[in-house]
Amino acid sequence: MIRVALAVLRKDLLVELRTKESVPAMALFSLVTYVVFRFGLDRTSLEGDLAAGVLVVTLLFAAVLGINRLFVAEREQGGFDAFLLAPVDRSALLVAKALALLVFLVAVEVVAVPAFVVLLLGPAFDPAALVVLALADVGIAVIGTLASALAVQTRARDLIVPLVALPLLVPLVIATAQGLSPLLSEGGGGLDAGWLAVLGLYDTVFVLLSYAVFDFLLED
Amino acid sequence: MAAPPAIELAGLTRRYGERDALAEVTLTLPAGATLVVFGPNGAGKTTLLRVLATLLRPHEGAARVLGRELPAESWAVRGRIGLLAHDPLLYRDLSGRENLRYHAALHGAGRERAEFLLDAVGMDRRADEPVRFLSRGMVQRLAVCRAVLHDPDLLLLDEPTSHLDPAAAELVGPLIGRASARTRVVASHDPAGGLAEADLALGLRAGRTALLGPAAGVSPAEVGALYR
Amino acid sequence: MLYGKRLRGLAVASALVLSVAFALAFFYAPLDADQGFVQKIFYLHVPMAIVCLGGFIFGGICAIGLLRTGDRKWDLRSYVAIHLSLILGVGVLLTGMIWAKASWGSWWVWEEPTLVAFLVAFLLYATYQPLRFSIEDPEKQARYAAVFAVVAGAFVPLNFLAVRLAESLVHPRVLTATGGTMPGAMRLTFIVAVVGMTGLFVTLWKYEMASKNATFRLRALRRRLGDDELPPARRSAAPAAPS
Repeated sequence: MIRVALAVLRKDLLVELRTKESVPAMALFSLVTYVVFRFGLDRTSLEGDLAAGVLVVTLLFAAVLGINRLFVAEREQGGFDAFLLAPVDRSALLVAKALALLVFLVAVEVVAVPAFVVLLLGPAFDPAALVVLALADVGIAVIGTLASALAVQTRARDLIVPLVALPLLVPLVIATAQGLSPLLSEGGGGLDAGWLAVLGLYDTVFVLLSYAVFDFLLED
Repeated sequence: MAAPPAIELAGLTRRYGERDALAEVTLTLPAGATLVVFGPNGAGKTTLLRVLATLLRPHEGAARVLGRELPAESWAVRGRIGLLAHDPLLYRDLSGRENLRYHAALHGAGRERAEFLLDAVGMDRRADEPVRFLSRGMVQRLAVCRAVLHDPDLLLLDEPTSHLDPAAAELVGPLIGRASARTRVVASHDPAGGLAEADLALGLRAGRTALLGPAAGVSPAEVGALYR
Repeated sequence: MLYGKRLRGLAVASALVLSVAFALAFFYAPLDADQGFVQKIFYLHVPMAIVCLGGFIFGGICAIGLLRTGDRKWDLRSYVAIHLSLILGVGVLLTGMIWAKASWGSWWVWEEPTLVAFLVAFLLYATYQPLRFSIEDPEKQARYAAVFAVVAGAFVPLNFLAVRLAESLVHPRVLTATGGTMPGAMRLTFIVAVVGMTGLFVTLWKYEMASKNATFRLRALRRRLGDDELPPARRSAAPAAPS
C-alpha cells in the first residue's frame, strides 16, 4: 500500500512541479491576505492573540485553495478510473493525496511564515511555533483531503469544499491559535503541551475516521 | 483441459436512478474468444464494459469474470483486466513515458514493458512530450499501451480504433486485435468490421438484449436494424 | 416497514407529555433568582438542543447502517433524522439568542461555549442538503451523504469538547439554569421536557418516514402499471426510492 501511495504522491508532485497550479497561487494568496489584514484591522504590527489568529486564518484560507484542486485532475483526466482499475488498496489514494496536500502546505509556509514575520509580526519569532504549525498542517491535510473527496463528485465543488471543511476545522483553529498565541507574544510564553495534545488527538481521530470512510467514496 | 469461460453473465442488471442502464443481460464467453457489442448511444455498451471492468457493481443478477464473482471478488481480477475506453486515462501534463511509468507502478509492471510497448506502437520518439501536445491519434496509441501494460487476460475495448489512421491501427493490432489471442469484448459502431473479428455478437437497445448469437450467424443488416 | 402503526398513539402521548412539561415550566418550576421569568426558556432551549444533537448522532448511526449493508432504507432514516434535527437546530439557536438578549443584554454571547459549539455543528450540518442536492446519481448521493453524516456525527462531541476547552479558560458559563446544581423541581420539569421533546422528534420522524415510503410505493405501483405520464423524478436532496 505504501509503495502505491508513494507512486501516486510522486505523480502528484510531478504534475504540480510541471503545472505550478496550486502552490504559487496559495503562497501569493497568503501575501495578499496579509495586506488585506493590515488594512482591515488597521494595524501594522500584531502580537499575541491577534497575530496567532491572522496567521491561522491566512493559512487556512490558502489551504482551501489547494484543497479545491486536490482531486480535480483525477476527476477530469480519468485518474479515478485509472486508480480503481489497479489491483491496489484504495486507501493508498487517501494517503497519497493527504501527503501531497501536506507537502503543498509546508511549501506555502516556507514563504508565508517568513513573510508574516517580516510584514506583520511585532515580537521576535519563536521557532517553537513551527511545531504547532506542523501539527495543524497534518489536521488540515487530512480533513482537507476528506472534504475534497466528498466534494469532487458534486456539481458545486468549489463551494462545497469550504462549507464542509471549515466547520470541521474549527477545533483545529481553536487549538492552533491558542497554542500559537503565547509563542507570538512579547516576553513570550512557552509551548503549551495541553494544546499540542489537543491538536495531536484531533489529528489522530480524523486520520482514523478518514481511513475508515474513504473507501466508500471510491466504490461504485 | 478446457479453461473456464472468461465471462458468464446471468440476468445482469444495472440501474441508473429509475432507469435500467442494463437489463437482464445473459451470455457466456469462452476464454480466448471475442465478443462484439453493438447498439446506439445510450444502449448500455459503456455500462457493460464498466461493469466487466469492475468499475460498476451489478445491481441484480450474477456476473463472473475470469472465474471470479463480481463484486465480491473484484479485487482478485482487477489486475487481469485491461480497459480502453473513450477517456484515455492519461494525465495531460505528464509525458507518455511518465504516464506509463505511473500506470506500471500502479499495476506492479516493469519499465521495460512500457518501453517495449512505446516502441511497438511507434511512439518512442515522442514519448517525452506532455500528452496535451500530442494528436488524438497518438494519445490513442498511448492509451493502448496503457491498457495492455500489465499483460491482461481480458481486454475491454470501447471503439478502439477510433482516432487511429490505418497505419496506426495496424500497429496496435497485435496488441489488442484478434492476433493478441486474448479474450476480448469490443464495443463497436462498425457492423461489418466488428462481426468479422468476433466470435459472439451482442446487440443492445435501451439496456436490453436485442440480439445475441455467434457472429458468423449475424448479418450487418441485422446490426443496422438496432440503430433504427 | 410500516412506520405508520402506533403513530397516532405516539403522537398523542408526545403532545400530552409536552403539554405537561410546559405546564410544569410555567407553574411548578421555581423562579430563578437572577434571571427571573426569562430563565424558563431553558426548558425549551436545552431539551431542543439535546434532542437535536441526539438526532444528528442518530443520523450518523443510521448512515453507518447504509455503509455496512447498502440497504437504502438506512439512508432514508438518516436523512429524515438530520433534516428534522436541522429544523430543531434553528429553534435552538433562536431560543438561545432570545435567552441571551433577555438575560445578558446582547443577542449573541460568545462566552457561552455550548451555544457557540452548537452554531459550528449547525453550520456543518447545514451543508448536508446542498451536498446531497449537488450529487445527481441517487446511489452515490446516498453513499456520500452517509460518509458526511458519519464524519459529522463523530465531529459533534469533539467540537463541543474543543470549544468548551477554549472558552472555559477565560469565561465561566453564562447561560446556566442556576448558579449551581438544579433543585428537584427544576430537574423534574427538565426531564419531562426532554422526554416530551424526544417524543415529538420520534413522532415527526416516523411521520415523515411513513409519508415518504407511501410516496415511493405509489410511484413504484404506477410505474408497474405502465403509467406513461409518470413525470421523471426531479433532482432532489431527499433520498429517492430504494431500488
